[in-house]
Amino acid sequence: MSAREVYVGGQEWGEVVRQSGRDDTLIVNMGPQHPSTHGVLRLVLELDGETVIACTPVIGYLHTGIEKNIEVRNWTQGVTFVTRADYLSPFFNELAYCMAVEKLLDVEVPARAQAIRVLLCELQRISSHLVWLATGGLELGALSMMLYGFREREKLLDIFELITGLRMNHAYIRPGGLIQDLPDTAPDRIREFLDEFPERINDYESLLSDNPLWLARNTGIGILEADDAIAMGVTGPMLRAAGVAHDLRKAQPYSGYQNYDFEIAVEEGADCAARYRVRMREMRESAKIARQALGSLPAGPVMVADPKVAWPAQLNLGADGQGNSLDYIRKIMGESMEALIHHFKLVTEGFKVPQGQVYVPVESPRGELGYHVVSAGGTKPWRVHMRDPSFVNLQAASHLVSGGLIADAIASIASLDPVMGGVDR
Amino acid sequence: MGLEGQIPSGILLTSVTKFVNWARAGSLWPATFGLACCAIEMMATGAAHHDLARFGMEVFRASPRQADLMIVAGRVSQKMAPVLRQIYDQMPEPKWVLSMGVCASAGGMFNNYAIVQGVDQIVPVDAYVGGCPPRPEQLMDAILLIHEKIKVSGIDGRMDAR
Amino acid sequence: MNETLSELCAELRGAFPEHVGEPAIEFGEVSVRVSRERVADVCRWLRDAGPFEMLADVSGVDSLGIAPDVDRFMIAYHLYSLRRNERLRLRVFIPGGDEHLDSVTTVWPAANWMEREVYDFFGIVFDGHPDLRRILMPDDWEGHPQRKDYPLGGTKVEFKGVMIPPPDVRGQPSTTTGYPGRIS
Repeated sequence: MSAREVYVGGQEWGEVVRQSGRDDTLIVNMGPQHPSTHGVLRLVLELDGETVIACTPVIGYLHTGIEKNIEVRNWTQGVTFVTRADYLSPFFNELAYCMAVEKLLDVEVPARAQAIRVLLCELQRISSHLVWLATGGLELGALSMMLYGFREREKLLDIFELITGLRMNHAYIRPGGLIQDLPDTAPDRIREFLDEFPERINDYESLLSDNPLWLARNTGIGILEADDAIAMGVTGPMLRAAGVAHDLRKAQPYSGYQNYDFEIAVEEGADCAARYRVRMREMRESAKIARQALGSLPAGPVMVADPKVAWPAQLNLGADGQGNSLDYIRKIMGESMEALIHHFKLVTEGFKVPQGQVYVPVESPRGELGYHVVSAGGTKPWRVHMRDPSFVNLQAASHLVSGGLIADAIASIASLDPVMGGVDR
Repeated sequence: MGLEGQIPSGILLTSVTKFVNWARAGSLWPATFGLACCAIEMMATGAAHHDLARFGMEVFRASPRQADLMIVAGRVSQKMAPVLRQIYDQMPEPKWVLSMGVCASAGGMFNNYAIVQGVDQIVPVDAYVGGCPPRPEQLMDAILLIHEKIKVSGIDGRMDAR
Repeated sequence: MNETLSELCAELRGAFPEHVGEPAIEFGEVSVRVSRERVADVCRWLRDAGPFEMLADVSGVDSLGIAPDVDRFMIAYHLYSLRRNERLRLRVFIPGGDEHLDSVTTVWPAANWMEREVYDFFGIVFDGHPDLRRILMPDDWEGHPQRKDYPLGGTKVEFKGVMIPPPDVRGQPSTTTGYPGRIS
């Protein structure tokens, strides 16, 4: 069977088929509008009967120009752009970006802010894995999984809304700390959720883990061995399912992760079922970390006290709703003209970040999310490049899908858990 | 529906139109056109907590040929725009378009080379929902607005001046 | 920089004397400048003789307007060693007008899409890449969006009767970047 190269670009479909030159295989286009491709992913499959011989992913249908847009906004505004890249785990985007900016600024984030960041990130990891479970189940036919997954997620989104004001795309983590402290009712709500959550995971596992249909559709499907994964730069649950115990929270801890006691979920199978087990265990571990973070929340400010970076984060309830700390307002309006000018410049222009470049990776639900941030010394970023785990993991899609059946392609892509917002940015 | 071809024009059949509109509004099937973050909120609207099934809309048809409402949920990039138009063209009449989220309605915060500044540059839109992303209740409000629109439409689904 | 990484950099400079610069340490990160002619060989050495099994990222930066004495494009390779838990950044500088660089896809297959992205956004042609074409922009797109002389491309928006242009062409407070004509 001789291989022929077919260039799949934006040309007419008949062109593509004619170029392939073979009449015993069928070229089929899946997507970009498709219920099972996890967003706007286009897969061009060359089929021999039901078997996929070759698979070419075509991406870029959600390209938003986020990286370019950040270059014309100031450093704080960058958070709102960056949070919408990987939209299922916005806190991770914000966290990595803010950590990069803080590294350039050389400021130390207060301990309370770090603990709240960890708490929110782990809750978000649970909510992201729930979407994976819900959509993965839906695509493979376990339709009730969709409803259960989104049911738990609603509780988490209510908690996020209580704390940050938004269900998704929060812009809560800012360079220097957090924009606001936790409201008083938040710890109890989170504890309530964490108390009932392990029962829920038990329910989901009893529905799926020993289910012969689920196992038949996932065992031995989409195999990605460890050396292939490493050569392709694949990280996250895909790498851990291949037996490599690599988790950035343990290997290169950030934001206080070294203070928490948790395990890395590693499995040996390197197939879709192994990835399923890894993610289920990760949800349990995340709940553990969240409980520890909640139990040991230090007191203190949530924003760095450097006046060049931020103004005081204490809020007071003023006549018109909310406002800044009254002491601070008294100072800038009544006492010091300089302080007023400084506040004005901080709000309109933003703070300046010293020249330099950093690369900061965090462990997002999909793998290593890295931010390469270059500053030219001004109030706007010079270059922000997002190393998104879904982009790199999706390269392995053709490796996973080729040689299997079409239905297995769905299972493989679902186990990859790509978020097209992160892939295309 | 084909009814409009059978009925001689000019005759106002109020009760038949009302019945047809009630049936259409009561079982409006959305086409899955979830693109980005708004798609997740659309899925959440269809899920159990904010239940779209009470409006008869829990079946999100994957094939546009079986759908009558296209909810454009998310930012439409330049590469996706021809696909959007093709899916819209594949939907049979009568069809409605709901532009969900501020990215679909007006380009959102992404006023740049990559994003179409408002999906109404490509397809005619019946209702716009603002928000980034809009809450499920906001989406349902817009859907109910489209239901209102359907209920005052003619039998061919169009809202001509009467 | 710890013992093993500084030894490694010294060994690397020994293996490629003319082509690898002094390691620079900023913000706790180690960067090494590599000349563009031997990028692929340096990378292969780092993978085989060195410990860097994984390529984390290939990132491009355009310094048009702020650093006239340096070549315009910088391509940064972020390498990660799983077994030693270490990171290294390689920096390659390419002048504008002659944007060619050897591909490292034969060293790490992960570089495939990453180099396509740098090609798409900066116009750097990677010689030896198996499939160099646009990845995120439409195939018939003209121009390379992430370059600094490519405009943001937005439309004017009306606020209360006034048409406001997109942020990259508005009058903005100065930012000391010295970027020509665009920001201040």
